Formats: sequence, structure tokens, C-alpha cells
Amino acid sequence: MFRARVRRTRKGDYEVRLSDQERQLLASLVPQLRAALQSGTDAGGTDDPTLRRLFPAAYPSDEERDREYRAMVHDDLVARRHAALDTVEATVGATRLDEQEVLAWIGAVNDLRLVLGTRLDVSEETEPTIDPNDPDAAALAVYGYLGFLLEALLSAVSE
Amino acid sequence: MAPPGPPAAPAPVEVERPDVDEVAEPDVPWIVLVWNDPINLMSYVTWVLQKLFGYSRDKATALMLDVHHKGRAVVASGTREKCELDVFRLHEHGLWATMQHDV
Repeated sequence: MFRARVRRTRKGDYEVRLSDQERQLLASLVPQLRAALQSGTDAGGTDDPTLRRLFPAAYPSDEERDREYRAMVHDDLVARRHAALDTVEATVGATRLDEQEVLAWIGAVNDLRLVLGTRLDVSEETEPTIDPNDPDAAALAVYGYLGFLLEALLSAVSE
Repeated sequence: MAPPGPPAAPAPVEVERPDVDEVAEPDVPWIVLVWNDPINLMSYVTWVLQKLFGYSRDKATALMLDVHHKGRAVVASGTREKCELDVFRLHEHGLWATMQHDV
């Protein structure tokens, strides 16, 4: 019988059914996102597509206002992402999560998809089936898994 | 002083209609756009729009589909300060959001 990987319990917290391998995978990805967060200053004018995706322009056609916006929000955006990763690291082995922890997982898993998806240059035409001879096969499989996990988390909070 | 008894409905008042050319433009000079990207899941975008703006599932889904099919959608509008906060919250959630003058 199909059992949801993540489900809301009657007490209002969340039950997480992930294998040890899945948890180890998730834990192993956290440092990648931390490194991406620290790889640049405020991403203004950067050519790094990952940073541009994590920290988009608010005013794409107004350089000065965009600089002001970045100066105002960048550190906060970085800090909030690190805080979500702290929560994931602290609870990656947990079978129960509270609401705030689930929201942190959702944020971190989505950020990981943004980083990985940008590096893999995925498009809407990217095939869900993976060619095992593709040099990116392993990374594409991880990307696909993160999408599956995100859907599971979202359906649990949307129940 | 209030009259005794239950409050009466206010008496209809003649309202002088302003001339059309005196009506000010509504003060909503900025709009917040969300742009299509190939990474964010449709379900995630819908969920974020519900969470941040309190939109119904139907409205959030319609906006998400606009983003998906038309490439972008206006998800909020208002003063510059309000729109900047909205863009910040969308960026916090990894959506590709920008703002511009509503011309």
C-alpha cells in the first residue's frame, strides 16, 4: 500500500518516512548550497548563473535602484537561507518535524533544486527519464529526487 | 445625540458626482511580476503565492498557469515600498520576481 513519505499527523506535526540513504543524500547536499551562498558578494553584476538565480534582480532595468535593493536585502536573504539549512542539518535524521521545520525543509530543498537545476541547465524539455550514459546522470537523478521530495513536503503542508 | 431605539439606517444623501476628469488615477504605480523558470515546480509556485499573498488555491493556480503559459504574471501591486517587500519575500522563496512602474 502506498504511504506518503511526509504526512501531517493528528497532533499537527509531520511524520517523515525517508530511508537512511535519502537522509544521507540530503545531508550531503547542504554544504553545496552553503558554498553557493558564500561564493559571491551581493550577486549584483555577477555572471554566475547560480547566484543570479538565488538572488535575482528586483529592478532589472534600473541599475541604481537594483543596487539599493540588493544592499538592503542581500545579507538577510543569505542569513535566512543559512538558517533553513541549519534546521535541515539539525533534523535530517528526525522522523517527526514541526511546522517551522517542515517550512525550512521546503525552502532548503527548493534552493537545492535551484542550484542544481541551474548548474545542469535544465529546461522545461529536460526528459524525466535519464540516459545512464549522460555524464550528468547522477546529478540529474538527485535533481529528480529533490523534486519528488519537495512534492511530498508540499502535499503534506497543503493537506 | 443619538435618537432612542435601534439605530436607523442613515438617510440617503444626495452625492454630487465628481466630473469624470476630476477622478484621480488609482494610486497603484508599481506592479510585481513573477517570471517563468524551468526549475520551480508548478505546485511550489502555487503554494508560495497562497502563502505569501493569502490567495485562494484557485487564484494562485490561475496566476501560476499565467506564469507558465504566458511567461509572466502580475501577482501584486501597490506602493514601491509594499512591492519591494513583496519582491523580497518572493526572492526569499526562490521565485524569479521583479517590479516595475505600472505604465
